[in-house]
Amino acid sequence: MEGDLAHIGAGLAAIGSGAAAIGVGNVAGNFLSGALRNPSAAASQTATLFIGIAFAEALGIFSFLVALLLMFAV
Amino acid sequence: MATETQDVAGQASEAASAPGMPQLDFSTFGNQIFWLLVTLVVIYFILSRIALPRIANVLAERQGTITNDIAAADELKAKAAEAEQAYEKALADARAEAQRIVAEAKAEIQADLDEATRHADAEIAAKAAESEKAIEEIRASALENVRTVAKDTAQEIVAVFGTKKADAKTIEAAVETRMKG
Amino acid sequence: MASDTQGAENAGGGLEFHPMDQFIIQPLFGGDVVHWYTPTNVTLWMALSILAIFALLVLGTSRRAIVPSRSQSIGELAYGFVYKMVEDVAGKDGLKYFPYIMTLFMFIVTANFLGLIPTAFTTTSHFAVTGVMALMVFFFVTILGFVKNGSAFLGLFWVSSAPLALRPILAIIELISYFVRPVSHSIRLGGNMMAGHAVIKVFAGFAGLAVISPLSVVAITAMYGLEVLVCFIQAYVFTILTCVYLKDALHPSH
Repeated sequence: MEGDLAHIGAGLAAIGSGAAAIGVGNVAGNFLSGALRNPSAAASQTATLFIGIAFAEALGIFSFLVALLLMFAV
Repeated sequence: MATETQDVAGQASEAASAPGMPQLDFSTFGNQIFWLLVTLVVIYFILSRIALPRIANVLAERQGTITNDIAAADELKAKAAEAEQAYEKALADARAEAQRIVAEAKAEIQADLDEATRHADAEIAAKAAESEKAIEEIRASALENVRTVAKDTAQEIVAVFGTKKADAKTIEAAVETRMKG
Repeated sequence: MASDTQGAENAGGGLEFHPMDQFIIQPLFGGDVVHWYTPTNVTLWMALSILAIFALLVLGTSRRAIVPSRSQSIGELAYGFVYKMVEDVAGKDGLKYFPYIMTLFMFIVTANFLGLIPTAFTTTSHFAVTGVMALMVFFFVTILGFVKNGSAFLGLFWVSSAPLALRPILAIIELISYFVRPVSHSIRLGGNMMAGHAVIKVFAGFAGLAVISPLSVVAITAMYGLEVLVCFIQAYVFTILTCVYLKDALHPSH
């Protein structure tokens, strides 16, 4: 029974992956709209884009990790 | 879980308390960290001793080659421009030379022509003068003839009319006055 | 082993999932006990990544050609990529640390790609590995910051452009985010690698049902393509974040 609750928790934690997806999409979409307005500045900002995506994605990975911990470690 | 791990061999029973995620099996951390450090040190030495200086050299060499090639191309271009300039100069010189020769020839011909003209003029003048003289002579001789004929005629006429003996001197004077008149 | 029990539990449902089996560390030459010096599959795959780096950057460039061969231009591309990244992000004075950053990048990128080979072991999917690398970066950068700037390095946490009342709160936030750096730095890389490989394994587990096995194959192919991208991007992100931290250490003023 304890394991079942853990699995439910893992499923809930996986929602965080979707939230991270929203975050990453937000970053990339805003970058794209900015880049289309001013294409000459886009190339110099790709590093910033990747850093932003990485930060947004890291939190999704955290929730994935929580899910894994609940699945396998609890 | 724990009951079933019993029948699996030693490592698992040792890690029986370890979670199902191999990432969280702390008994293997020492091993991984040790080999990771070995790996990183080896890679660092490979990179810093061999690979990076070599690639940096190759890149610098390529940059140098490109720069040299561009410089050589520039030099060749300058040479070509110089050659073109020399060619232009030679062409201009040749043209000027040709012009000079033409002018010279023209002057020579002109001189010859002038000489010939002068010569011809002089000849013409001489011939004209000669002709004039001949005409003059002819005229003079004609006058003389007219005078002689007039005198003779006058004497004859006077003799025919014969009232008085015609004086040769008087007749001559009269003819002279008439001729002048 | 632990995940065998997991499989045994699931066996009742007809499908067997062993998504974490691939991450188990085993001694190479038999035996059960993993001592710190035991040659394990970690050793094997790390050695293979050393060989890959050696082949690419040393053997590939051995001709030192002015007009590069294919392998040489890949090596030069990697060199130029990291060199430009360090120069752009950390500045000219960061170039002194270029060999260290290049070491990290080459190790991560080769380990990630070697892990994509079927049945391979992905060393960078273990938090012990990524955590040690992240902590190395963290301590290196922190010590470097204090050595280079002295106590001025603490200015990194004192946002002088903010209103005075907010500064202590911001300082606490900055301090926390500074100490979370190695955690997120390591878990981002390890978690990405682990997640991708585990997901592929889960899809592979679905192939046990004949009806959905074609779908499973398509999904594995798609995930594999994504993983190729992720492998490179995570190595890039790890490296560029290292450069960003290095920049903070060299120029701590906000």
